[in-house]
Amino acid sequence: MKKAYIGVDIGSISTKGVIIDEENNIVASEYIWTEADPIGAVKRLIATLKENFDEKKYEIVGVGTTGSARKLIGSILGANIVKNEITAHAIGTLSLYPDVRTIFEIGGQDSKIIIIDDGIVVDYAMNTLCAAGTGSFLSSQSKRLGLEVEKFGEVALKSKNPTNIAARCTVFAESDLVHKAQIGCKKEDIVAGLCKAVVTNYLNNVGKGKKIVAPIVFQGGVSKNIGVIKAFEDATNEKVIVDPNSHLMGALGVAILSKKAEPISFDFNIEEVVFETKGVECNGCANHCERICVYRDKKLIDAWGNKCDKGAIKISNN
Amino acid sequence: MKNKEKKLNKFKKSVKKLLRLKNLKKYRNDVYKKNTSKPKVSFPAFGSYNVAIAHIIEKGLNAEYVYGPETTKRTLEIGSKYSPDFVCTPFKIHLGGFIEAIEAGADTLVQFGGVCRLGYYGELHEQILKDMGYNVHFVNMANIEYYKPLTVYEEFKKINPNLDIKKAVQATLTALEMVKVIDKIEDYIRQNVGFEVNDGEFEQLHKDFLDSLESVETKKDLKFLYKLYMKKFKNIKINKPEKPIMVGLIGEYYTIMDDFSNHNMEKELAKKGIVIKRWMNLTNSVISPTRDETVTRIKNYVKYDMGATAMYTIRKAIDYAKDGCSGLIHVKSAGCTPEIDSMPVLQRISEDYKIPIIYFSFDTQTSDVGINTRVEAFYDMIMMRKEVEK
Repeated sequence: MKKAYIGVDIGSISTKGVIIDEENNIVASEYIWTEADPIGAVKRLIATLKENFDEKKYEIVGVGTTGSARKLIGSILGANIVKNEITAHAIGTLSLYPDVRTIFEIGGQDSKIIIIDDGIVVDYAMNTLCAAGTGSFLSSQSKRLGLEVEKFGEVALKSKNPTNIAARCTVFAESDLVHKAQIGCKKEDIVAGLCKAVVTNYLNNVGKGKKIVAPIVFQGGVSKNIGVIKAFEDATNEKVIVDPNSHLMGALGVAILSKKAEPISFDFNIEEVVFETKGVECNGCANHCERICVYRDKKLIDAWGNKCDKGAIKISNN
Repeated sequence: MKNKEKKLNKFKKSVKKLLRLKNLKKYRNDVYKKNTSKPKVSFPAFGSYNVAIAHIIEKGLNAEYVYGPETTKRTLEIGSKYSPDFVCTPFKIHLGGFIEAIEAGADTLVQFGGVCRLGYYGELHEQILKDMGYNVHFVNMANIEYYKPLTVYEEFKKINPNLDIKKAVQATLTALEMVKVIDKIEDYIRQNVGFEVNDGEFEQLHKDFLDSLESVETKKDLKFLYKLYMKKFKNIKINKPEKPIMVGLIGEYYTIMDDFSNHNMEKELAKKGIVIKRWMNLTNSVISPTRDETVTRIKNYVKYDMGATAMYTIRKAIDYAKDGCSGLIHVKSAGCTPEIDSMPVLQRISEDYKIPIIYFSFDTQTSDVGINTRVEAFYDMIMMRKEVEK
């Protein structure tokens, strides 16, 4: 029986999962929508992963989680490593592109830039306070334009003369977009303008002050949008590499990291298990920390959220 | 005829004097609440220094010091509710703290001045509290000019009109000494807390130490306590490697010193076994300022005075890079202009010295999730670098 590792990247919009073997080859993968239900999504994810791989050939000895729900999902899956998405993305990309110098990552809720030198992360940045330049901005605008977000890139490529759209802020961008549509700009020009706006916003905010050196790898959900890829290439004058598995890099990275952690045994049959979370406010002081308790079949398995020991919740192990 | 005019003028003058005295009496009545009790004074939460401020108020000005409750989410909530939205975060925390101090019984509030927007805090706080209907006496130390001791005396007199000047001076000097002692102890803690064998020992002893300072009367007491506690701190078992990882903390004055404002950044770093370098404290910035030296030290990067703490931030970034820190963390409250100005310079320093810097802007968000993600990634990055260096 060969050893295998699961990596789960659970983001705000989508949930990604991979199973890799000892040589980092992806033996199974899945990509589904989170739909604001991380526990449900991860149950579905694990069920499909199970179908897609050979249980007789492989034995799962490591589980890693990353993404914004990494802690919750980590305790549900009994993961042996829970890692932030910046490290996970860097490790995943480096396993496929050892010479990469710059990683652009645009996801549903956040975007980041990772600068790499000699195979190690030397600098990074992550967007704060602003949703412009993320996937959710693009998908909300595509609805307004009556287009499917998946078709966005193709439409953008048709444009010869992209419209300028204010990129600084989603609210401004949206009103600018409406104005441009009402004065008669072509739809493909507006779409191409939006792709450009996302890139400008990204480079001005997340990439501010960072030296962008090729090879550049672009990943995250938005990397599937060919219009944005083109806008990035125009802006940086460099070729932008997009891996066919660009959406899975975080999951791949955390699966690789789980190889180094203490091995565990893993049970695929979590579909029937009832996981519940409960928010419990601490009344120890005026801070009223909101603590989250995670129950597996009514048994408390994990809790967090307290700032001091006054609010600590004891978990009995038997 | 002339005589009559003179007499009239004399009379007018005496009436004015009488009126003034009457006003003063009325004012004192306000402060003293029926002339029986001492004024109950409070000051915004400020690092660990409130015990030193309390010393001046109680021992020097013969008033009662009211410790506001610890800063919590509630403080920030009520502070933000009554503050202008775009003001810097410390303003909101101070306002919330003032309201909580009033609830705890304070009737006299003291606000400090500074060289940035902080200089306007007092006036605005006073107005907002007045508009909210609080009838408190507000003393704004922004009126002090440090090189004119008389102006300090004037403000102290507003806190307690019957003050004994000798006592006030003595207590102030002791309080300054106390600040130095606090800073020395905290420097030691930052160097070692990440390596304690039994979790929480440093934190507990630090609390005990600050509590013990409340009983200090003279500088001699202070010296005794310092020696005693330094010994106790040194007795705490630590497991420190020969070349530990060091991270420098730089940034805006209040946020860098206030654990609540910086989301317990120092504690988070210590948990990962890191030595924290933080030069910014009251001793280095106010008691023994090094402004001129700073200006020359950073002249390769900065030509003009940048105001507030920006130049110290830059200077220490260079120093820490040279001292072998593995990374720098820059903290500020959202919209802090001097610190925003320092950021392009920091980016250059980061390039010149090949040292990674991460930037945090804190506002009224209370979730730590995003902050922890970034700190964790920062730590991973440093560790990756270290491994390669080996």
